[in-house]
Amino acid sequence: MARYFTDEHEWIELDGDTATVGITDYAQGQLGDIVFVELPDAGKALEKGGDAAVVESVKAASDVYAPISGEVTEANPALEDDPSLVNSDPEGEGWFFRMTVADKGQLDGLMDEAKYKSFCDGL
Amino acid sequence: MSDDTDTIQETEALPLDAWHRRKGARMVPFAGYHMPIQYEGIVIEHDWTREQAGLFDVSHMGQLMVTGENVAAELEKLLPGAIATLKPGKVRYSLLLNDEGGILDDLMVTNATPWIAGDEEAGTEGHWGDPAYYIVVNGATKWDDIAWLREHLPDEITLTHMDDHALIALQGPNAATALNRVMRNVIDDMVFMESVCHDFGEWPLRITRAGYTGEDGFEISLPNEHVETLCNRLCAEIEVRPVGLGARDSLRLEAGLPLYGHDLTAEIDPVSADLTFALTKTRRETGGYKGHDYVSAALRDGTKNRRVGLVLDGRLPAREGAKVFAGDEEVGRVTSGGFSPTLGHPIAMGYVAMAQAEPGTALEVEVRNKRLPAKVATLPFVPHRYHRGK
Repeated sequence: MARYFTDEHEWIELDGDTATVGITDYAQGQLGDIVFVELPDAGKALEKGGDAAVVESVKAASDVYAPISGEVTEANPALEDDPSLVNSDPEGEGWFFRMTVADKGQLDGLMDEAKYKSFCDGL
Repeated sequence: MSDDTDTIQETEALPLDAWHRRKGARMVPFAGYHMPIQYEGIVIEHDWTREQAGLFDVSHMGQLMVTGENVAAELEKLLPGAIATLKPGKVRYSLLLNDEGGILDDLMVTNATPWIAGDEEAGTEGHWGDPAYYIVVNGATKWDDIAWLREHLPDEITLTHMDDHALIALQGPNAATALNRVMRNVIDDMVFMESVCHDFGEWPLRITRAGYTGEDGFEISLPNEHVETLCNRLCAEIEVRPVGLGARDSLRLEAGLPLYGHDLTAEIDPVSADLTFALTKTRRETGGYKGHDYVSAALRDGTKNRRVGLVLDGRLPAREGAKVFAGDEEVGRVTSGGFSPTLGHPIAMGYVAMAQAEPGTALEVEVRNKRLPAKVATLPFVPHRYHRGK
C-alpha cells in the first residue's frame, strides 16, 4: 500500500483498485477543533482538484479537494457521530471517503511522505 | 517611489507581539496588526474563559481621550446616549451614528474626569478636575472614527489617540480572584461598567469592569512599555491563561454581542440592531444628535428587519452571508455564526423581517444549497454573568 500527499494537505492511500482519502495531521492542526465534516455520497463522481468535502471548524469552513479523479464508493460513517476523529486521528480513523481510481497515472504527480514532510517544514 | 507603495498597508506589530509568539500563538493579520488567533486551541481557550479567566490582548482597539470645556455637550451631538449625566468613573456603551442614523461604530465611553485631592497645608479642598472622556473604539474602524470625531468636534475639544497605551482584557468567573491577588483592594467596590485609575507601583493603570465575553472581567489600559510585565504577572496566577481572537469571537457570539463590520454597519440603524438600550430615554425625545430624526422615526414606526439570534439543530454551522428563509420566502441573512462550544450546537446572529423576529419562530438557513432548520432565539445564547453588585 502506498500513501501519497497533495499540496492542499490531503492524503490518499492506494489499496488495489480503490483509494482512501483524508486530510493530514498538519491540516487538522491548522483548522483547529473540527465540529462537522460534510462528506460526498457514494456514487458521486470526483474530478482531480475539484471540491470533494467540507470541513467545518469552530473558526471557519474549509474545502477539501479530490486528490485524483474517480467515484466515491463509501464515506466514513464514524465522522457523522464524532467529527473530532479528524483532530485525534486524521491519518487513521479520521479518514474521509473511499474512491475508485480513474487513472493511476494521476498519483505520480503527488508527493510521498518524505517529500510532503519537507513541504510542510517549508511553510 | 511609485504611488502604489504609499497605499499598501503594512501589517504592524503590537507591543505584545513577541510575548504572543513566545506563548506559542498562531498569529494572523487582523485590523492591520499581527494578532494571536489561538495558543492551545479555540475550544480549550473558550472553555477556560467560561470556567477560569482568559487574558486577551486587545491593543488593536482605539483608545481615545477627549477633553475640553463642554466636552460632554459636544459628545452628545455625536452619540445617542446621555453623556452629561454620566458620573465620573461610570462607563456607557454607545454608538457613533451618521446623519442617516447608520452605525459608524460601537464604542465604550467612560467619564474619566480626574479627582484632584485636596492639600491640607495649602488649604485646598478636593475637587473634580477638567472633564475628560475615555473612549474605546473598534480596531478596524479607529482611523475613520478619529477622522469623524475630529471633523465634528469643535477645535476647542482636544482629541488624543492614546497609541502609546496597550489594552488587555481579563475575562471569566475567576478574573476578579486573580486580579485581586495581583493588586489587592483595587477592585473591591467596583461593579460592571465602572472604571478606576490605579497606580500599580509606578505604572498608571485604568481598570474597567467590562468586556466582550459575557463573563465578569476587566479591561486594563496601560503604557505600552509595561504591558508585557503585567501580562506575565497575571499569567503567573493559576486561573489565568492567554486566549486568542478565535475564542474571543465564539465567546462574544454566545453572549449575543454584535461585532462591528459584520452584525453592525453604516447601513444598519440602532433600532434594527436591537440596541435601543444604547438610546438613552431622555435623549430619544430631546434629540440633538446626528441621526436622531431617523432613529426616532424607527422607534415610532418600527423597522423592516431586526437583529435576532438563531439556534440550529445538528452540528453544521451557518456562517456570515447564509440566507434565511420562511418557507420559500427569503426573509434575512446571517451576519455572524459558528459552533457554540458551551452549548454544543451551532448558533448565529442575523437580520430577519420583523414578522419573523419573534423568539421561537421556525425558519430555515441555507448552507451549501441545503436548508437547515433554525429557530429564532432570545439573546444572549449563554447568560451574562456580569458583577452588578447588590
